[in-house]
Amino acid sequence: MVEVRLWSGLRPLVEGRDSVAVEGRTVGQILTALRRDYPALGPTLDAGVSVAVDGKMIASSLTEPVGEDSEVVLMARLKGG
Amino acid sequence: MALDSSKTTGFKYVGTRPNRPDGLDKVTGRAKFGADATAPGMLFAAIKRSPHAHAKIVKIDASKALAMEGVKAVVTRADFAEGLTGEDWNILENVMAGDTALYDGHAVAAVAATSALIAKDAIKAIEVEYQILPHVTDVDKAIEPDAPVIRAGAADASVPEGLHPNVVRYYESGHGDVEAGFAEADLVIEEHFTTEATHQGYIEPHACLGTLGGDGKGELWCCTQGHWNVQKVCAALLGLETSQLRVTASEIGGGFGGKTTVFIEPVALALSRKANRPVKLVMTRSEVFRASGPTSSTSMNVKIGMKKDGTITAAQGIFRLQGGAFPGAPCDMTAMCAFAPYNLKNVHQVGYDVITNRPKQAAYRAPGSPMAAFAVESVMDELCNQLGLDPIEVRLKNASHEGTTANFGITWPRIGLVETLEAAKAHPHYAAPLKPGQGRGISCGFWFNHGGETSVSLAMSEDGSAQIMVGTPDIGGSRASMALMAAEVLGIPYENIRCTIADTSSLGYNEISHGSRVTYASGLATIKAAEAAVEELCRRAAAKWDIPAEAVYWEDGYAKPSGPNAGDHEPLHITELTADMGATGGPINGHFEATPEGAGVSFATHIVDAEVDPETGATKVVRYTVVQDAGKAIHPTYVEGQFQGGAAQGIGWALNEEYIYGEDGRLQNAGFLDYRIPVASDLPFIDTVIVEVPNPGHPFGVRGVGETSICPPLAAIANAVSNAVGVRMRQLPMRPARVLEALESKNG
Repeated sequence: MVEVRLWSGLRPLVEGRDSVAVEGRTVGQILTALRRDYPALGPTLDAGVSVAVDGKMIASSLTEPVGEDSEVVLMARLKGG
Repeated sequence: MALDSSKTTGFKYVGTRPNRPDGLDKVTGRAKFGADATAPGMLFAAIKRSPHAHAKIVKIDASKALAMEGVKAVVTRADFAEGLTGEDWNILENVMAGDTALYDGHAVAAVAATSALIAKDAIKAIEVEYQILPHVTDVDKAIEPDAPVIRAGAADASVPEGLHPNVVRYYESGHGDVEAGFAEADLVIEEHFTTEATHQGYIEPHACLGTLGGDGKGELWCCTQGHWNVQKVCAALLGLETSQLRVTASEIGGGFGGKTTVFIEPVALALSRKANRPVKLVMTRSEVFRASGPTSSTSMNVKIGMKKDGTITAAQGIFRLQGGAFPGAPCDMTAMCAFAPYNLKNVHQVGYDVITNRPKQAAYRAPGSPMAAFAVESVMDELCNQLGLDPIEVRLKNASHEGTTANFGITWPRIGLVETLEAAKAHPHYAAPLKPGQGRGISCGFWFNHGGETSVSLAMSEDGSAQIMVGTPDIGGSRASMALMAAEVLGIPYENIRCTIADTSSLGYNEISHGSRVTYASGLATIKAAEAAVEELCRRAAAKWDIPAEAVYWEDGYAKPSGPNAGDHEPLHITELTADMGATGGPINGHFEATPEGAGVSFATHIVDAEVDPETGATKVVRYTVVQDAGKAIHPTYVEGQFQGGAAQGIGWALNEEYIYGEDGRLQNAGFLDYRIPVASDLPFIDTVIVEVPNPGHPFGVRGVGETSICPPLAAIANAVSNAVGVRMRQLPMRPARVLEALESKNG
């Protein structure tokens, strides 16, 4: 299981928790598990998010590996100018 | 084979300052920009725009326009795809109004005619019946209980119940206990700040030439930061197969984020499809102001608590951004960037995306970050002033660094903020005495940077020169940087490499030139493509020597045997391997496609001295120093140019630039006479210091530099002016009348 930290605006959608544990070895698997296990997060995930793994901010690649001890932080989707 | 080019020192070509490859074309007028394309039988287009801030479109009657000699086609919303959803629908709504005009300048119809003059006359002949609706253009007024609802149901799932329907997105993050943190502080300051919408001010207006036949095949020439995105969006808006539309990016006369979407391109294609002729469409400057994508304006509250020794105990920010009549104001980016420079135990940030009757905002260099820095760094400056502390020492004491927790939750990897602060502290500017009437301002700034989908192809020629095809329009000198990186890997002179921006039919998908990603992502792909070519060159040498490919390595343009066991062979120069490549296995190319995700973040520290005329309130920036982490400067002159450009645009944003709306909801200053961007005489020489803390996510250590440079200026200049006049400046721009008001308030 990987602990995924959520930004506080999402916490009301997961009974007030600041993180949730899901199965996954890649960013894509983590997002799939979040969508499956916490359907209330679905609209947010559909709108687009980024994921930080051990400090590396991943904007779109679903294949980035995630270790069991990795620090995983869900972030608002990163955009640039 | 030595194929891993990862290194951060010992470069031969990287870090040099050769002439730019596009220089001669641009100074001689040979470079072709958006409006420079022509085609046989070409028509000219013009767009009919709403004169109202908010109005129901009851009826459009184009019969008189269509009856005019030379008019070949009129399009309205009915000529675009139906059933779109999400961002495609929002873009279509912005490109051509549906049943409601949502802002002054919103497109409602377009004409194609045999001359630009006829097209201009014809749009006047189009009769539009409007039912005027109440409007709102101010971010704070738009969320008052009685504010008109601009688009019911536009809010997404992030918005808590009970907020005004004009709040369409909501973001909240942080950690710790801010109330407990404020209770620990010796001084707590809370202030309200506002900034006005500004425009990127690119010199080249949007322009395109579109051809689209009844068979669904099309060609489009346009000035854009991302032609694959143009291809994808235009195909969606016109109901085409994406691959049937070939898009070529022209030279670009500035973008800064404002050319990351489409405004006129789908209109030109729709007119072409209807008229069965090529159609050219060029925005006027007034149209650029009224109907392209300016920044958000903001209303922000920031509260910071500090101990007497400068330790920050807690920080809180509320950031309200209006982004026009469509969702997308970067309230989340603003909130995340706000306190990024600081290592905080207790932090809380909230962002509101608010819609108003203004054009759809677009990115402008680090979207959302400059405004956040203005509010946060102003409060930091005030705390330092009131506690008698040195502003750089306080920032160093609280600075984010590797291993600390960011305000948005991640643990920072290797970052270079401390190095920029140390370099600023050591710079002669920081110790230089100020004259009477002058003030000094310091600010830090942060931007994420980005990777994104990238494809690059490299082809060797028989004479040993190389051509690189990239898909990221060159908005900041990237062709020179790509050539330098390829030269480093191939071991051939920079001048022997030509880099071209390929069209959408000549290369795989490339994300937009945004997010300061090009030197990072296209650069990484260029290095990898060059390595692939080197691998093949080594293979050809091995075949000539009849030894295993693994026994050959590449050095400074030569294939060499890797040691005595590989045999006694004279090194083969690249030209000896490419000369007969057709006979030794065929053309030698390299390519690379990926979505690199290792873009390193970037921090900057700016020092500004400003002088205020107490009689007129006019501000003159008299000295400016930019210190920024570039990871590795591939072409230092271009890096310095990015630093200076961000500072120059920040000076305009801080002192003069603003969208001014009248009570009628119409833009009052849609031209450079009334919207004042800085000119050369407004600017001091902008000194630069390149800090290089290598990014481990790039083979040569590159971090993006294009956006971070605009993050600190608003705050640094506001702090300088505040310290010059002795009054905290909380509203931008600091136009002379506003500065005079501040002086009068101080003097009673």
